[in-house]
Amino acid sequence: MLIELENIRHIYQLDDPVVALDGVDLGIERGEFIGLIGHTGSGKSTLVQLLNGLLKPSEGRILFEGKDINSQEVELKEIRRRVGLVFQYPEHQLFEETVAKDIAFGPKNADLAEEEIDKRVREALDLVGLDFESFKDRSPFNLSGGQQRRIAIAGVLALKPEVLILDEPMAGLDPAGRRKLLELLRHLHRDIEMTIILISHRMEEIARLASRVLVMDRGKIILEGRPAEVFNERERLKDIDLDLPVVTDILKKLKEKGLKVRTDVFALEDARDEILTALEKQSQFRESRPC
Amino acid sequence: MLTDITIGQHIPGSSIIHRMDPRVKILITLLMITILFFIDTFIGYFLFLLLVVIILLTAKLPIKRVLRGLKPVFFLVILTLFLHLFLTRGGEVIWQWRFLRIEEAGVFTGFFMVSRILLLIMFTSILTLTTSPLELTDGIEYLLKPLARFGLPAGELAMMMTIALRFIPTLLEEADKIMKAQKARGADFESGNIIQRAKALVPLLVPLFISAFRRADELALAMESRCYRGGTSRTRLHELKLKSTDIYLFLLAAGLAVAISFF
Repeated sequence: MLIELENIRHIYQLDDPVVALDGVDLGIERGEFIGLIGHTGSGKSTLVQLLNGLLKPSEGRILFEGKDINSQEVELKEIRRRVGLVFQYPEHQLFEETVAKDIAFGPKNADLAEEEIDKRVREALDLVGLDFESFKDRSPFNLSGGQQRRIAIAGVLALKPEVLILDEPMAGLDPAGRRKLLELLRHLHRDIEMTIILISHRMEEIARLASRVLVMDRGKIILEGRPAEVFNERERLKDIDLDLPVVTDILKKLKEKGLKVRTDVFALEDARDEILTALEKQSQFRESRPC
Repeated sequence: MLTDITIGQHIPGSSIIHRMDPRVKILITLLMITILFFIDTFIGYFLFLLLVVIILLTAKLPIKRVLRGLKPVFFLVILTLFLHLFLTRGGEVIWQWRFLRIEEAGVFTGFFMVSRILLLIMFTSILTLTTSPLELTDGIEYLLKPLARFGLPAGELAMMMTIALRFIPTLLEEADKIMKAQKARGADFESGNIIQRAKALVPLLVPLFISAFRRADELALAMESRCYRGGTSRTRLHELKLKSTDIYLFLLAAGLAVAISFF
């Protein structure tokens, strides 16, 4: 088990204390792609900030490779290097004069050698699909929103984290930007074998990418499992006002009408094929029947 | 953390102090501050402190909160005390160690100055604790109005103050978020010497300024698209009106001020 959360409670000590997490137990294996869904205020953002030690739990322990990250023996800086966190609207954290310098901020804080930093900046830019030579000397503030977002993400990737957490990384991106980011996430997960935790409100994205889905509501994990399992619980999701992925919704409704389709496909193309084959089978069945 | 900072720490309430006209409150505060600088006996200070306590009790303000407001000036108070203790000369020598020497006059003026600073902060915090930021700016706007004749843009100044107060919590929240984002990239805001710490603030301040400017820009556009125009022709929803109690309280305060200044 890479990361383990043991009975975590987190309370924000304001004038009226707010219970953000109320007894969360969770284990995360290396190589998983976890989709985290839930409403605003359900505790998702608090949960991910606990994972790299930005917040300390009010109760409970967080173990990284079996060690409590909030104990004395663990260096928090080391945890933050290994567990990369991309916040919402990460482009708001850009500050350097050039793209290359901004991406180098993380590696520099990790006290890496000059050449290694340089190499990582190249790699990170390459990963997010931006050309090193043409972007390195440009000011991050003169780029488009989508490019800024990718540079901010590159800034986290340059740390070569083993776990990458993204808090609604697609918010405010245009369809092309969103598609590119999805491809990047898939690439990081499949080819580089990064463990990824993705918070998103777009069920389609979660359904297509995640190997496991966690549903949070009022500080608790109320549902978890493979996407097909979780999205099978339409009633429970409806109870907390969460939608099914559009594709699943359509397939389920078709099934209710009597078309024999599987409901555990999430990509639009797969769903199209599934419906087509089901229709074909049905018509074959009808044709073979003597009138 | 940053969120501990409390500015505009208004505590809503319905006491007579809360309901007073903000203009009168501002004027009384100014008057009392002036008087504070004329008082030159400890009895005077004691009476002043008594007055502060009576006001605190009538306004039902938590004493703890008021004392917490004194924390930021703690350093200033200690510094003042020490400077006076060691540097003010006159009277008998009380204590001496090599070149360090404390004399009677030093002790007196030291404690004098400290009482003055503490009372000053306490009295002004009564104003900010019992008056909402909005009322406060309204009051200031009214009081500055006569100066408009000399070209002072009172309305605009008040609007700027209101906006500034409104955005303090927003910016604090933003700063907290950026700080976390940079920490996630290994930034260290908490260790190192003064120069290293100042340098460490760059990754926080640059994005903060950029976002402040962006917000200002958006706000200006939003205000203009709702037809905001400055200038003297603006009317307001809630006009401030002096009540008879306001006048009585002002006269009472003035009387007390004069009385205290005699001690």
